[in-house]
Amino acid sequence: MSASGPVAPVAAAAPAVVEIDKLWSVFHTAGRDAVVHQDLNLRIEAGEFMSIVGGSGSGKTVLLRQILGLERPARGSVTVLGQPAAQLGSEGAASRVGMLFQHGALFSAFTVLENIGFALRELGTFPAALIRDVAMVKLQMVGLEPAQAHKMPADLSGGMVKRVALARALGMDPPLLLLDEPTSGLDPDSADGFVALLRSLHRELGLTVVMVTHDLDTLFELSTRIAVVAEKRIIACGTPTEVMAHDHPFVHDFFLGARGQRAAAVLRQPPVTE
Amino acid sequence: MTPDAPRIERISAPAGTGFRLSGDWSAARLAEPANWASLQSGLALGAAGQALDVKWDLRDLQRLDHTGAQVLWNAWGRQWPRQLLIEPAQRAMLSRVEQYALPPPVARRTSAWQLFLALGALVWLLIDHLRDATRLLGQLLLDTLRLLRAPAKGPWRDVSGHLFSIGATALPITALLGFLIGVVLAYLMSLQLRQFGADSFIVNILGLSVIRELGPVLAAILIAGRSGSTITAQIGVMRVTEELDAMRVMGIAKGYRLVLPRAIAMALAMPLLTVWTSLAALLGGMLAADLTMGVTPAYFFASLPRAVQVSNLTLAMGKSVVFGVLIALIGCHYGLRVKPNTESLGQGTTASVVTSIAMVILVDAVFALVFKDVGI
Repeated sequence: MSASGPVAPVAAAAPAVVEIDKLWSVFHTAGRDAVVHQDLNLRIEAGEFMSIVGGSGSGKTVLLRQILGLERPARGSVTVLGQPAAQLGSEGAASRVGMLFQHGALFSAFTVLENIGFALRELGTFPAALIRDVAMVKLQMVGLEPAQAHKMPADLSGGMVKRVALARALGMDPPLLLLDEPTSGLDPDSADGFVALLRSLHRELGLTVVMVTHDLDTLFELSTRIAVVAEKRIIACGTPTEVMAHDHPFVHDFFLGARGQRAAAVLRQPPVTE
Repeated sequence: MTPDAPRIERISAPAGTGFRLSGDWSAARLAEPANWASLQSGLALGAAGQALDVKWDLRDLQRLDHTGAQVLWNAWGRQWPRQLLIEPAQRAMLSRVEQYALPPPVARRTSAWQLFLALGALVWLLIDHLRDATRLLGQLLLDTLRLLRAPAKGPWRDVSGHLFSIGATALPITALLGFLIGVVLAYLMSLQLRQFGADSFIVNILGLSVIRELGPVLAAILIAGRSGSTITAQIGVMRVTEELDAMRVMGIAKGYRLVLPRAIAMALAMPLLTVWTSLAALLGGMLAADLTMGVTPAYFFASLPRAVQVSNLTLAMGKSVVFGVLIALIGCHYGLRVKPNTESLGQGTTASVVTSIAMVILVDAVFALVFKDVGI
């Protein structure tokens, strides 16, 4: 949120939020090298809602972990907000990148409020009352009631866990938000609610979002751009309409099946106004 | 371009005094101790109640996030100042904070009545523990009967696996510690015995104390720390990952498949480990006696059967079986009570080990009282 207002139009010369250059991801298992990515290039600009799709085992989550610096590139480079991704794990990372893990990864020994305020408390400067106030605002921003604040993660439903995890990811207002399967394990109603929440947060806070998902509805509802991972690289990258027009067997199977056709109907409708 | 540090400065314009904010008002920058300290004085004026009448100029802010907005909002006493120069994005941020701000919680005080209720809760917790433990013991008896009725269908693979992890892998550590304790004991005793010229009594004292008391208790305490904690952690993690629920859904009795094999393995491994530990301690004692007092191993071997009756060994083995079953049951008891979070798992494991060791020493004292006429 710069003072110039959210979702500012990005100048062509502006540095990319995420820049992946000729990335190789290799796993060593039982004396054998499994190559997951080979010369993969991807560039994500500020303010985008970029979705990464691909078949199971195509390396989507590995790509996300590369952006987070949780995996190391075997070759090539991953640059996030102008720094190598490997340096993200250092102090203050929470103010640069927020991550919503697939199963929430909430700290089970802390209450909801303590989870959300965790990064702020770790800074060690702010008084407890201020941290509580900020965490309460975040809690309600993601659509939870103040009454939920003192529950333990074990007592929450799946949808609530995702919301708390999202509030925690946004704890220090990072400009970049990564989502791993944000709607998996949610019922259709909760999933719709969560998609609406993500859309409004993306717009209001001017976030750059990178999302990995299998859910075609979520994909078409939210993405401004889609990157398709297959054959160890990005085979197509562009707006949803551009990607669907791409001629590749995987793209064909993924988007133009019956499920894809139903979900893509949203692209032909006028945008929803809230 | 790196944004400047957050700053607040007093302005005295012709139109009236006020404050101008500049720099990066985001959580990361505000949290730098120097920045935070320097802002406090400026913000304190706001808290003093004058905030609303002066002019606030936020147009020079390079960045304002929720934390920064909350700091401002609290300084303004949770209301909008009358004169505010602000960009729309900042106003949106502050509006969101206004919309969701809650009054600070009322500090709750604990009354004597609540303390009394807490005491009651403690009693109920104790009763709950005892009820669970009784149920576990009863279930173990029933499962043992079931096993005796159809021994061929018993969980023998599990038993053998636990026997290996509890017994075989504990051999080196128990031997080492037993040996060292034997050496230390024999050395200390030899210093005293020599004063009375009673050198040869080292065999009686060492033999009796090691075989009857030290061997079983030392082995039990080591195994309680080593395998009791493992049992609690294993079963506790199964609770956290819902494996226990999965077993229940498949109709697999957790008492028969989880508790019984561990109890059997413990009941078998503990007496064997006791003998092993006692042997190592006697060996250490024998060496120390030889070196310090010249009591030869040949003499040691010859006089040991005369000094220590065989019933002592039987008593030690019997005790060890009880210790083993106790450790297994306490481990399972705390494991099954773990709640699905990391903190509970840690507490359960600690409680399991502490309880096991305390129970081992307590039960040993009971044995000492009951069998005071046996073997001495």
